[in-house]
Amino acid sequence: MQTYEGGRYDVIVVGAGHAGSEAALASARLGQRTLVLAISLDLVAFMFCNPSIGGPAKGHVVREIDALGGEMGRHIDETYVQMRMLNTGKGPAVRALRAQADKHLYSLRMKAKLEAAPNLTLRQAMVTDLLVEDGRVSGVVTRTGAVYRAKAVVLTTGTYLGGRILIGELAYDSGPNHTQPATELAERLRALGFRMMRFQTSTPPRIDGETIDYDRLEEQPGDPEPEFFSYETTAPRPEPQLSCWLTYTRPETHAVIAANLVRSPLASGAIQSVGPRYCPSIEDKIVRFHDKPRHQIFLEPEGRGTREVYVQGMSTSLPEDVQIQVLRSMPGLERAEMMRPGYAIEYDALDPTELWPSLMTKRIEGLFTAGQLNGTSGYEEAAGQGLLAGINAARYVEGKPPVVLGRDQAYIGVMIDDLVTKGVDEPYRLLTSRAEYRLLLRHDNADLRLTPLGYEIGLISEARYRRFLDKVRQIEAERERLLTVRLRPDAETNARLAEAGLPPLENALTLSDLLRRPDVTYDALARLFPPPEPLPKAVREQVEIQIKYEGYIAKLLKDVEKQHKLEHKRLSPSLDYGAVYGLSTEGREKLMKVRPLTIGQAARIPGVTPADIAALIVHLEGRRTIEVGRHG
Amino acid sequence: MFIEETIAAVVTPLGEGGVAIIRVSGSEAIRVAEPLFRGRRPLSGLKSHTLAYGHVVDPESGAVIDEALVAVMRAPRSFTREDVVEIHVHGGVLVAKTVLSLVLRQGARLAEPGEFTLRAFLNGRIDLAQAEATIDVIRAKSEAALKAGARALQGAFGAQVRALKAGLLRLTAEIEVHIDYPEHDAPEATYVRIVEGLTDARASLESLMRAAAQGSVLRDGVETAIVGLPNAGKSSLLNAMLRSERAIVTDVPGTTRDLIEAPFVLGGIPLLLVDTAGIRETADVVEAIGVQRTREILERAALVLVVLDGSRPLTAEDASLLHAVRGRTAVVVVNKADLEVTVREDDVRSLAPSLPIVFVSAKTRSGFEALEAAVLSVLGFDAAARPETLVTANARHLELIRRAHAALDEALAAAREALPYDVILIDLRRALGALGEILGEDVRDDVIKEIFANFCLGK
Ligand SMILES: Nc1nc2c(ncn2[C@@H]2O[C@H](COP(=O)(O)OP(=O)(O)OP(=O)(O)O)[C@@H](O)[C@H]2O)c(=O)[nH]1
Ligand SMILES: [Mg+2]
Repeated sequence: MQTYEGGRYDVIVVGAGHAGSEAALASARLGQRTLVLAISLDLVAFMFCNPSIGGPAKGHVVREIDALGGEMGRHIDETYVQMRMLNTGKGPAVRALRAQADKHLYSLRMKAKLEAAPNLTLRQAMVTDLLVEDGRVSGVVTRTGAVYRAKAVVLTTGTYLGGRILIGELAYDSGPNHTQPATELAERLRALGFRMMRFQTSTPPRIDGETIDYDRLEEQPGDPEPEFFSYETTAPRPEPQLSCWLTYTRPETHAVIAANLVRSPLASGAIQSVGPRYCPSIEDKIVRFHDKPRHQIFLEPEGRGTREVYVQGMSTSLPEDVQIQVLRSMPGLERAEMMRPGYAIEYDALDPTELWPSLMTKRIEGLFTAGQLNGTSGYEEAAGQGLLAGINAARYVEGKPPVVLGRDQAYIGVMIDDLVTKGVDEPYRLLTSRAEYRLLLRHDNADLRLTPLGYEIGLISEARYRRFLDKVRQIEAERERLLTVRLRPDAETNARLAEAGLPPLENALTLSDLLRRPDVTYDALARLFPPPEPLPKAVREQVEIQIKYEGYIAKLLKDVEKQHKLEHKRLSPSLDYGAVYGLSTEGREKLMKVRPLTIGQAARIPGVTPADIAALIVHLEGRRTIEVGRHG
Repeated sequence: MFIEETIAAVVTPLGEGGVAIIRVSGSEAIRVAEPLFRGRRPLSGLKSHTLAYGHVVDPESGAVIDEALVAVMRAPRSFTREDVVEIHVHGGVLVAKTVLSLVLRQGARLAEPGEFTLRAFLNGRIDLAQAEATIDVIRAKSEAALKAGARALQGAFGAQVRALKAGLLRLTAEIEVHIDYPEHDAPEATYVRIVEGLTDARASLESLMRAAAQGSVLRDGVETAIVGLPNAGKSSLLNAMLRSERAIVTDVPGTTRDLIEAPFVLGGIPLLLVDTAGIRETADVVEAIGVQRTREILERAALVLVVLDGSRPLTAEDASLLHAVRGRTAVVVVNKADLEVTVREDDVRSLAPSLPIVFVSAKTRSGFEALEAAVLSVLGFDAAARPETLVTANARHLELIRRAHAALDEALAAAREALPYDVILIDLRRALGALGEILGEDVRDDVIKEIFANFCLGK
């Protein structure tokens, strides 16, 4: 293939899925000339699987993306067809928002944003080669012969990399949704020495919504007064929300699947790659949980402009004819017309211990990776990494130190730390239970956690930052008021309390003492003892949570402080572990592979023992002593 | 490790009757030790580097534990360059253990293996060459601690901890699954169910706490069955070890008919010796019951001493007994070495290939050092794993069980107030973490594994 010079950029983003879009927008907004190359421009930020964003942990990530100045939060607020707050009764840390998206609108609008963004160029091209000079990335080559040069490259190849689709006995090389797979790039990464893994995931069939018998199904409407992902969104979409619908598998369903297991590459063992435990195919569910009499199946609209409906809970690699039988065995779907079959897809992913916490590869300077390529699954996980990879690619070009989020700071921090420290052996999904400081990482306080950082990085505008500071001031002022206003147990006060259905006081109390009682809500309290000016909902909620859970929050903050002492002991990325006296063989091997940047990170590597950590500390301190001796 | 906390440990080898030193180091050392000491003046009033005579008391009950000499060494003129208090007691293993646990209850943390030396290094007290030697000490000690910990976990204690952890894990997963999968159709973990689960778990923790507080091995000793054919000299061996005529000895085969128990400390390790009826087929009803008991204890004993009569050729019964103890923690004791010995070591070895074999005489007490060494070695107490490591393992377990208990208490209080799930889970997971630490496991991944193993989830 005859090549030609396509142009010079600061940052090239390969892929325009959920990771690529965030990476590209961040890099361009930070002033870097950014080129985005996507295999198909018709599938920018396309939802190849479920038409939904958010949920526990994932929704938290979307809020974090928004708080840092990323796009996903605003974007889903503009394109949702349904919005629901989940876990409302289970505590502040785990409340989470989930949206159903109009997936076509979502994709189209994201494409428009990329097109409109200053400093950003969008091209359709398949990258087949990476240019590397002296261990640094210097550009990419496309299948059509263009050579683009750049100081940093962000790979976000999703399931395109080495993709292969399986439907029953049928198997063929393909990207998601029967697109072109990126085969040469996969080979190139292997040739560069990267440790690669073969992962697998699957998606359910889509059916024609007009052929569903809704009368027989349970309806799941959206919240009448929806909340939003972005801290900046103030008003709901004008269109009425669409509902989701719930049905169940039946014994007949299970029988059909059982009878056809041999024809499923997932269940028959024809697929050797590793699939996610948390997203089993329907055949997997029947095999592993054969005692369970029925499984839930959610029917989710894919958008306003289409009749296609996503059959959540029925991911499968069964042959097409079996999929139809399975569908029609379920209540409400007896007449269902399948519009596209589900399929399983295998793809190449990078062992994420190949990465620094900045998401730059250790092998090649200036090369960043994000999303499914790093062994994760999920749009939100991808977008969170994409944002950080975009930020850090831009900062790398500018010679600035990378932004690394702590485990006590963000779910994005938990995720990236898990990836680069522990590696993965199956597609990684964020769960709130992965966060040890869950009560600190709430979705209501993502802005308090991250917006100052977003401002510092340069992704939060002055105007937004001022609004944020106003909110902080309001929270502080109201907390101060609740802490200082004291109530006396006199007749008048007790009468007012009684009116509101609250027990009388026995001793003098501050308003915050009162709020700490389980039966007192902020709104009830504020009705009796109102603040000088009415406060927005977000402020009221924040004040309530901060005061009610103060004791628990303080307890976690103490843990965080201890952990910080270890995170502040830095290790050199080029530390020669061969020269550290007294490491165990396994510990040395693991440390050499991961090359942790702090003692805290080192201690989280599986297989590194406390004795190894002691050896590391002795080594560090010993060297320091010797250096001090030499210079002093 | 490596956080400026006040730490404590037993720092001397523990033997029978010797002096034991419990060292406390850190900025809180004096505050921690003060309430335990009753002397002429308080520790805070002592000059640095002086020894004070007094008593160690349990500050809660006021009970006197032992006489003690206490040294206060103020920073920076101490081994670690921190404030150090050393408590010298001489009541042996049990007293040292009690004092250590009192110190921990005052807020000190159990020192990690080699942590004193590490602090000495980090505070500039020793140089790099010495520090590298420190690493070796740390490695050896942590291996010893691991072994001691593993040993302690083999028995009923470990089984209970594992069962308790499994129960808590199930409860945690039951709550967590609804947090991460709000629409899952498994029945919700109700507050009633959570309170019930937590109450049960707390009760089992309390019984565990009692067991660990006594340190079953240290209290009851390692159950040691002395078995053999009639007249091999089992009772004579027991008496010789105890240096007392505890069991009746005659030349009539079948003298001993019931189990005879006697505590005995061997090289600092408490054993519970059990003399048994000689094994043989017998028509005598009483003796037959005795033999049955012998077989039972042979099954369950942690340590077996197989006694052979060295003055007679090996019999088929001897051979089948040796065969039965293959692979067990056992020592073959060839007795009556003062007589003409006809039993050959090679013959015994071919019947019990991996067991140590010692030749002794219960009559003259010859060969007893070798017997002691063999027993310590099969129990895993080599030079690196002296009894103090057992004490440490035990103290660590106790500390972790207390931590788990405190956490469960808080979780229970939160659940009773119907506080949100995520708040209850903070302490529930702390409890789980402490139990995991006892077993040397990372529970964070366990919770996730448990969720996916028990619930059918996903899209
Ligand atoms: N010479 C010599 N005689 C011993 C020694 N040990 C035991 N005997 C003698 O062996 C005989 C049996 O000793 P016991 O100790 O009663 O033997 P046992 O194994 O307890 O026998 P049962 O209780 O009948 O099963 C007694 O006459 C002892 O004096 C020894 O080391 N040397
Ligand atoms: Mg006897």
